[in-house]
Amino acid sequence: MRTVTAAAAVLVLALLPVAAPWLQFVLTLAIAKGFAALGVAVLLRAGLISIGHAMFYAASAYGVAFLARAGVNDLGLLLILSVLGGALVGAVAGLFLVRYRAIFFAMLNLAVSMVFYALCAKLYGVTGGTDGMPVPVPAVFGVVLGEPAFKSVLFYLSLGLMVLIGLAVQRYLNSPLGHALAAVHTNEIRLEYLGIPVWAVLLIAYVISAALAGLGGAIAGFAIGRVVPDFAFWTASGHLVLIAVLGGIGGVPGAFIGALFLELLHSAAVTVTDSWNLIVGVTLIIVIMFMPQGVYGLLARKEAASL
Amino acid sequence: MTRPILEAKGLHVSFNGVRAADDVSIAVHDGEFLAIIGPNGSGKTTLLNICTGYIRPSSGSVVLDGHDITRLSPRAIARRGVARAFQIPQLFSAQRVIDNMMLALAATDGLWSVVQPLETASRRDEARALLELVGLADDAGRISSKLPEGHRKLMDIAVALALKPRLLLLDEPTSGVSALERFPLMEALMSALRQRRITALFVEHDMDVVARYASRVLVWSAGNIMAEGRPDEVFSNAQVRQRVVGVA
Repeated sequence: MRTVTAAAAVLVLALLPVAAPWLQFVLTLAIAKGFAALGVAVLLRAGLISIGHAMFYAASAYGVAFLARAGVNDLGLLLILSVLGGALVGAVAGLFLVRYRAIFFAMLNLAVSMVFYALCAKLYGVTGGTDGMPVPVPAVFGVVLGEPAFKSVLFYLSLGLMVLIGLAVQRYLNSPLGHALAAVHTNEIRLEYLGIPVWAVLLIAYVISAALAGLGGAIAGFAIGRVVPDFAFWTASGHLVLIAVLGGIGGVPGAFIGALFLELLHSAAVTVTDSWNLIVGVTLIIVIMFMPQGVYGLLARKEAASL
Repeated sequence: MTRPILEAKGLHVSFNGVRAADDVSIAVHDGEFLAIIGPNGSGKTTLLNICTGYIRPSSGSVVLDGHDITRLSPRAIARRGVARAFQIPQLFSAQRVIDNMMLALAATDGLWSVVQPLETASRRDEARALLELVGLADDAGRISSKLPEGHRKLMDIAVALALKPRLLLLDEPTSGVSALERFPLMEALMSALRQRRITALFVEHDMDVVARYASRVLVWSAGNIMAEGRPDEVFSNAQVRQRVVGVA
């Protein structure tokens, strides 16, 4: 039943831009943010809140821009390198950060990401400062496409990656390592006494979460055509936590559902009022008060009730 | 007597001036079921904490199978075949009982696989067998925080057994277990220990349990070993009867 529902949802997403072409950009961006929010949600399973994951999102987008400037011009290669780049930055930062818990983990992630933001904004000669850097349209398997065609390819590729990588992450969360990650939240002492190195469990999760955020950042860079320091600003990191909570931290679909929900809500709210943040904020309060398991939690409960 | 698996030599530990271990030396021999008894606060749990790497003594050493493990972490000591059950059960409270068991089993047979799921047929069967052993087969699907305290205690022991240890350290295995369940639990535990050739060291306050199941008893008092021997020898010691057992 769950597989059928998921397949139907993906099919609807695939058809939406045909009916409403303006949605293609919104949905691509939502999937990009969904990847990054999934990274945040992975760490939330261990009870760790990262308010700095936009750093990996931005780092990959900048990485793509630098690689494009250096002459690397293939979408597939750039996406793979963006994931590896995100993972590498995650491994370096994670080695230091996974030793901390609770508010210290959250604040240190925030601090590191804001250092990165400041570097992006201030190193004008390297990063273009607050003007950012262009992310040109790359070739797709050697074929140079016009921008509209490329954006369509990017959307459907993102959708496909959402399914494939979503399944891979689900597999990881169901593995012993994924269960050990959830166990960190409840009893680190028992994990240690089982001979399980908590730091290694967390470091692997951190690297995976950074790689996911990196993939999201690269997709966002391609979709927008530019990367700016604001990609790494703390509000962007907060936005990712918001999406993870909004969607529901229980499973992989939650991050994407949360991202789609928030992006569509945002798109609708800006057409109504300049104070769109008010609408988004009130909606979030309602979700937290009445759907503590998030939107996905609500859908999963309804499905369970219908069985 | 058989060779010692675990030896603690000249241990010194004190907390804010209170001596929990004052030049203590003990040896746990292969195949024995060694009980440690003594008044509350005398340092019995501290000994378990030292032997499992949770506390480092200010001096002295702990030797496992001839290797010094004094400075090793609980994780490293667990990997050398020493498991522990706690006085206050240490469980993954948000997860199902069976998942707790399977994670403990995975710790020894494939934690690092991200492709294979936690729940495999062999792991599930093994987990169920262990739960059956401690009488928790009916609780397999429950969230462990929802179990009554006695059942959580049993589960903590089952989790420790899942590590297939050579040496099991138990901190008051029957505390929190109802009077009716106490001896069936001990029978099941002893049977598992004998079947699996596990040596055990246990801290216990229930003297009936100690008298019936221990092969040797150490009496701990104010950071020192006051008496040592077979249960009948120790319980006939007048000083022990007065200061520990509470019978003049």
